Amino acid sequence: MSRIAAETVEQVRSLGDRYKYGFVTDIESEQAPKGLNEDIVRFISAAKDEPGWLLAWRLEAFRHWRTMTEPNWAKLGIPMIDYQDAYYYSAPKQKEALKSLDEVDPELLATYDKLGIPLREQEMLAGVAVDAVFDSVSVATTFKAKLEEHGVIFCPISEAVQKYPDLVRKYLGSVVPYTDNFFATLNSAVFTDGSFVFIPKGVRCPMELSTYFRINAANTGQFERTLIIAEDSSYVSYLEGCTAPMRDEHQLHAAVVELVALDDAEIKYSTVQNWYPGDENGVGGIFNFVTKRGACIGARSKISWTQVETGSAITWKYPSCMLHGADSVGEFYSIAITNNYQQADTGTKMVHMGPRSRSRVISKGISAGRASNAYRGLVKMLPGAGKARNYTQCDSLLIGSKCGAHTFPYIESQNRSARVEHEATTSKIDDDQLFYCRQRGIGEEEAVALIVNGFCREVLQQLPMEFAVEAQKLVGISLEGSVG
Amino acid sequence: MLEIRDLHASVEGQAILNGVDLSVGAGEVHAVMGPNGSGKSTLSYVLSGREGYAVDRGEVLYDGRDLLELEPEERAVAGLFLAFQYPVEIPGVGTMTFLRTALNAVRRSRGGDELDAMQFLRVVREKARALGIGDDMLKRALNVGFSGGEKKRNEMLQLAVLEPRLAILDETDSGLDIDALKIVAEGVNALRSPDRAMLIITHYQRLLDHIVPDRVHVLAKGRILRSGGSELAHELEAKGYAEILSEAA
Repeated sequence: MSRIAAETVEQVRSLGDRYKYGFVTDIESEQAPKGLNEDIVRFISAAKDEPGWLLAWRLEAFRHWRTMTEPNWAKLGIPMIDYQDAYYYSAPKQKEALKSLDEVDPELLATYDKLGIPLREQEMLAGVAVDAVFDSVSVATTFKAKLEEHGVIFCPISEAVQKYPDLVRKYLGSVVPYTDNFFATLNSAVFTDGSFVFIPKGVRCPMELSTYFRINAANTGQFERTLIIAEDSSYVSYLEGCTAPMRDEHQLHAAVVELVALDDAEIKYSTVQNWYPGDENGVGGIFNFVTKRGACIGARSKISWTQVETGSAITWKYPSCMLHGADSVGEFYSIAITNNYQQADTGTKMVHMGPRSRSRVISKGISAGRASNAYRGLVKMLPGAGKARNYTQCDSLLIGSKCGAHTFPYIESQNRSARVEHEATTSKIDDDQLFYCRQRGIGEEEAVALIVNGFCREVLQQLPMEFAVEAQKLVGISLEGSVG
Repeated sequence: MLEIRDLHASVEGQAILNGVDLSVGAGEVHAVMGPNGSGKSTLSYVLSGREGYAVDRGEVLYDGRDLLELEPEERAVAGLFLAFQYPVEIPGVGTMTFLRTALNAVRRSRGGDELDAMQFLRVVREKARALGIGDDMLKRALNVGFSGGEKKRNEMLQLAVLEPRLAILDETDSGLDIDALKIVAEGVNALRSPDRAMLIITHYQRLLDHIVPDRVHVLAKGRILRSGGSELAHELEAKGYAEILSEAA
């Protein structure tokens, strides 16, 4: 029997060695009572001192949510989620509003240090501003002053609601309406924090913006909401990262991200998703149900999604582009790695409305252990999308013989001049490649990481440089124990 | 350096090697010749530890150590190198990246420092030039879209960069035109040294015009049927394997 085909579970090193973000921070927190009802929605809104219109919006969303049922079309086995058996708000206790980073609880700073995200500006990666979201609230945002010099707004969305209510009110829900889908609607009712970015006309954001999400509290869902607006001829590159402690029970993460690009604007949105995936027997892990959508409103605008999905027990996520503008461009570059009992159903939607709009989809799915990995993508050419083009390439790589890979491409064209191309491949890491590497002195796990990184290269190249190296390492770590 | 004693090996239950004895000393170059299906490639795979090649009897000592109990990568870092008859393509992995990963793995295991990017580049460029390998080829994914000759030269480049103590060349001459053959032979000759041994596995004598071996062995029916000096290769070229095979029958 070949080495790869030999099943691995007993040889898999304990996952604790591999998921190095699995620790818990001992910090006092304030929580809303367990469960979900209108009072909880009011509690969250009051905790954030929100204006009436936002509370009304949340309540409409909540009432709508109660009429909805969970989607079941994805190729996922989702255990029953008891939405009443979770906390919807958890915030680290702090006395007053922070004036500077010096006032951030040292325990929190230490947590982010341990995660490799130092929040003290002098220690940070040059050229990356960070918003740190801990459970339900943002605890720190760096480089705000420097960004403000350029007119760039980068702050927690709860702060934006207070300071820039008109902008928030205009764009919140404009791309993902509160009626959109079960999880997005839930998020609209109970979202707690997230990042807000506004790049004014003609400004090229002088640094990478990054939000780092951390779930800490037990039995708590995380519902963050991110809104990025790029005015005419502006540019921004934004990256989000996420981790969570190892816990035996599942935790729900249902985020919404909305991007708006006006004429000639470009938004590059990268994700390195490393939520706790559960252990090697499938116990615990985050349920990651996320709605991400960008609207290329303006002519020649561009939105590019890059995602490296290595974590979570279940991932349900389809970052999409609504290509309204003439000559607008949508891109989706994805690496999804599932190992052990992880499940992922991920892909994109490219909805072409503007003439000559173009989209490009490169998806790399890697499946190991007993994991399941599905690509689901929709390319839709509406009547206005004359001469629009799409190119989709979907590659799956299997490691071992107990995992699965599936591709579900949906193509709808209502315009005869539009062109859609779809290519798909499925392959296995073969024994020849592995032996060749080992004969050159490269150990088995390093060889797998090398081969998989090669397989993902087109996507890894899209990441900002500061994060590409980390992502490469993550690819290796996620697959540790997948051969042996 | 290498002692093979009464080696019996099989693939999927079928006996391929039936008692091979072979001894290669440091500084020596040995050629193993034989007709198709004689077990030449099996010998190279058993020595390098490929999965699926079962050793049924006998032993192999490498510098006095039991070679057969080592994992393939342990053999490699201990200085055993196999130039593949059919080098493998690895899409997306740059030739340079692969070389550097391999070299650093070897250096680490020998307790040395990893080379930084600049040092590494200098080493590789110099060795690549000698083999007629341009920067363009180094930038491409490992062996992907390489011609047969390019793949073989790439094997020689890895050999030159990794500087093994025992190099096994499995049918390195197949698929090479005469010019490429000369370049490869020069590369191999440049690596001959008093503390490095080589085992050249080949079907034809023509490579041995350029790399003159110290000893020539005829492997057929899974055994070494005859050994001699480099003149044996010429004799085989003239007479073919039939005579030796009938002697053994």
